Amino acid sequence: MIKEMICINCPIGCHLTVDCTDINNIKVTGNTCPRGVTYGINEVTAPKRMVTGSVKVKGGNIPMVSVKSKEAIPKELIFKSLELLKNVTLTAPVHIGDVVVKDICGCGIDFVATKEIKQQ
Amino acid sequence: MLNRNLVIIGGGPAGLAAAKAAYDAGEKDILILERENELGGILNQCIHNGFGLHTFKEELTGPEYAQRYIDEVQKRNIEYKLAATVVDVSKDKVVTYVSAHDGLTQIQAKAIVLACGCRERPRGAINIAGMRGAGVYSAGTAQKLVNIDGYMPGKEVVILGSGDIGLIMARRMTFEGAKVKAVVELMPYSSGLNRNIVQCLKDFDIPLMFSHTVVEIKGRERVTGVVIAEVDDKLVPKMETAQLIPCDTLLLSVGLLPENELSKNATVELSNVTGGAIVDDNMMTSVEGVFSCGNILHVHDLVDFVSAESEIAGKCAAEYIKEYHAAKEKVTIKTQNGVRYCVPHQLNKDTNYQPLNLKMRVSNVFKKVELTITADGVKVYGKKRPVVAPGEMENVALNSEQVKQLKNAKEVVISLCGGDKQ
Amino acid sequence: MKKVLIIGSGITGSAIARELARYQADITVLERGNDVSVGTTKANSGIVHSGFDATPNTLKAKYNVEGNKMFEQLSRELDFPFRRNGSLVLCFDEAEKDGITKLYEKGVANGVPQLEILDGKQVRELEPHVSDKVVCALHAKTGGLVSPYEMNIAYAENACVNGVKFLFERKVTKVAKKAKAFEVTCDNGEKYKADVVINCAGVYADDINNMVCDKKLHIVPRKGDYVLMDKTCGYICDHTLFQQPTKMGKGVLVTPTTHGNILVGPTALDIKDKDDVDTYSEQLNELFNKALKTVPELTKRTIITQFSGLRAHEDGGDFVVGESDVKGFYNVAGIESPGLTSAPAIAVDIAKQVAKALQLAANDSFVATRKGIPHFATLSNTERQKLIDANPLYGKIVCRCEMVTEGEIVDSIRRPLGATDMDGVKRRTRAGMGRCQAGFCTPRVMEIIARETGKDMTEITKCGGKSNMVIGRTK
Repeated sequence: MIKEMICINCPIGCHLTVDCTDINNIKVTGNTCPRGVTYGINEVTAPKRMVTGSVKVKGGNIPMVSVKSKEAIPKELIFKSLELLKNVTLTAPVHIGDVVVKDICGCGIDFVATKEIKQQ
Repeated sequence: MLNRNLVIIGGGPAGLAAAKAAYDAGEKDILILERENELGGILNQCIHNGFGLHTFKEELTGPEYAQRYIDEVQKRNIEYKLAATVVDVSKDKVVTYVSAHDGLTQIQAKAIVLACGCRERPRGAINIAGMRGAGVYSAGTAQKLVNIDGYMPGKEVVILGSGDIGLIMARRMTFEGAKVKAVVELMPYSSGLNRNIVQCLKDFDIPLMFSHTVVEIKGRERVTGVVIAEVDDKLVPKMETAQLIPCDTLLLSVGLLPENELSKNATVELSNVTGGAIVDDNMMTSVEGVFSCGNILHVHDLVDFVSAESEIAGKCAAEYIKEYHAAKEKVTIKTQNGVRYCVPHQLNKDTNYQPLNLKMRVSNVFKKVELTITADGVKVYGKKRPVVAPGEMENVALNSEQVKQLKNAKEVVISLCGGDKQ
Repeated sequence: MKKVLIIGSGITGSAIARELARYQADITVLERGNDVSVGTTKANSGIVHSGFDATPNTLKAKYNVEGNKMFEQLSRELDFPFRRNGSLVLCFDEAEKDGITKLYEKGVANGVPQLEILDGKQVRELEPHVSDKVVCALHAKTGGLVSPYEMNIAYAENACVNGVKFLFERKVTKVAKKAKAFEVTCDNGEKYKADVVINCAGVYADDINNMVCDKKLHIVPRKGDYVLMDKTCGYICDHTLFQQPTKMGKGVLVTPTTHGNILVGPTALDIKDKDDVDTYSEQLNELFNKALKTVPELTKRTIITQFSGLRAHEDGGDFVVGESDVKGFYNVAGIESPGLTSAPAIAVDIAKQVAKALQLAANDSFVATRKGIPHFATLSNTERQKLIDANPLYGKIVCRCEMVTEGEIVDSIRRPLGATDMDGVKRRTRAGMGRCQAGFCTPRVMEIIARETGKDMTEITKCGGKSNMVIGRTK
């Protein structure tokens, strides 16, 4: 199978053609740098994305604290991971890097806070 | 009246970077005035990742990027005031601000850095007809409601404009449980980054409709739908293509405008193209000792470039305070043939030949072109680009020798050659 | 005590309520909207006409000229923005110069003072940005500007503190004359008794009249679109610039507003739907092109918003003011331009007629003055400091474009007939009326309304009804 995609590594946004007829020998063309090859292969084998969101926080100077997945997580887990954030309420103070949800859906990656929240 | 050496108006990424750089250049008497309740500016509501690849060589979220600079400012004990809104800046560099805590205060500054950011173009400015129900928000307003306050503006959304904020909000609304029915773009191309089109729209099968616009908004109390239509090559809607998309929310991401009301009070000369001040390579405006940087100067697409530009403004402001120097003779950088503007707009004809970055935008999508800079007709710089687009700022790094050639020229011209431009 | 019901709280209803409060009576205003000034009054040119335009010997001519003279005192008493900037009717064609002379003569017949005809050069000396094509103009020095909704709110607040009851979200569905009194029914089922009913229902005044009177009225909503420009082009003109009405149409006006913006409008389109204040892009373009004839340097880049309003045009072409064929039922109908200018005079007249008919005694405790919300933006630095010293909320700027403080917003909510929604705050304080059109201040204003009224953020509306700003929490 041949897939067309745009590389998201940098603002150039190369139009890649990924030939994955042979899953053990994926061919990427259209890239202008080696990172395009890696991206193309990942996209057809195991696409990953960073997920950011927010959770409620009690007793802070603002009512919500922003969070991110510490690293990119498997793309198919995006919505499941967001569900996890709905039931979390932190208590101020919160520091950048504090773990908000451990081991998102068993993928080994945590949600961490991305903002400093002062105690009110 | 109080006296301060350097007053920085705005505690967002531009103001923070300017403060840090001014301090490091030896200026200790600095005051940052921030109108919001916290430092960080608009980055606080940009909770997505994608910031800092240039500055910190890692990918941060907006609040994390802001915190890096807040830490730098706090480490240096630079004074800042929150919930302090500047209401006037005079050409004699008197800054008037109000806050609940200090009342109305006037400060005579030796130098001022204007770092007030930009605002979003509203509905009225783009002439969308129709009813006037609730549910029409600029993308940034919706972003604040969702990310900071925790409220949903609606559940079925159409977004007009494919600038980065529009794209980012398409994903955010999707993440928060809304259905984004379409992103509608007037131009045949997006002014947002390609990576955002992929990871904010394509990942979620949100249609991006180029050469389309919203021609009418339905709903007298709350939006009930929008009518969209294709536009012809003169951007005029073809009404026979009109179709109704039922929705309860329309988000507008139709451009950012540098916020220069204070600059005007200070009699700073503005550019018709950028909407921001005209500055020299020290980021100094037409008013001596008044500097401008960040989105108040021209709208950037990466905060990393805002920081870099603002550090120059801060450093030069500190140097200006240290050794007052009268305005020098300047050479104006001419832009033509597909180059819309360049910041700085002018180069001082001095002997500061430090490497320099020029930032510019092109007027359309062009393929296989060469960006060239000439000094009195002699090519000083040339860079071949497979594609250039208005949505992506071009950053040209000049070395000392090139800067020297430009500063000693009578005429400096930037243009696009070859490819589409032939 | 005698009972008076006023239907409608636009400029005429509110002005009559205030003038009637000078007498001892039980006065109630029924309003279908959720605030005063939400119909025709909120969306018009805001012009205090001098009175040369109306046909002599009509009610329009009479009340216009009388009303015009009342504005200095009224704006002082009720503290609303008013300025006598003067107006010019521009003639662009040598062949049509006699039209200007005719207007002048009509003005004189109507008793309009201080009229003069200027040549093109004199016009451009007064207004340097006006088109070179102007050959002459009628100059009416008594023309003025008013902020229509602020005037309306001022009247209503003053009526309210003098004992008039205002009831909102009550659409009148039935008016019946019973043996001794009127019975007025609202859409929520409530019934009100009254000795006198005053019909000030704007574009709906025919419907109300026709519920009870044999002599029917017919009102056509005549729609007018407007374009509002940023204050940065406020230099464009100082006078209100009319175009001479010609065979080709009435033309459009270009005028400053009391707040220093430039307003362009209106179009004129007769429609059927009395709630239709939608804007159409073709009409806005046409409007703008017409305005360019007056001031060629206007640019669309400085447009900040558009809006549309309805004039209540009665088939007879004149105001319908006074007691109807049903004793005790008064009409104030067909109040289109120059209705805003005329309202003060109509109100005094109607109040006198009603007081005489009901033999009302004077209300000795009537207070004629009302203090408006202090507008931080227009104060001197000393006055600003004084305000902040008294209340630190005046040191918190919420709307940065129009420099509106939290103190003003809180005042607008807490005062009599205070704001309950976003548009109410906007009309009273100007928060959200600037160039960013509420982009930055929306969340803050919502928070303040929620806090002051004890509501949840999800209950805050733009303009009542189902116009909720947000639909729920994210989490």
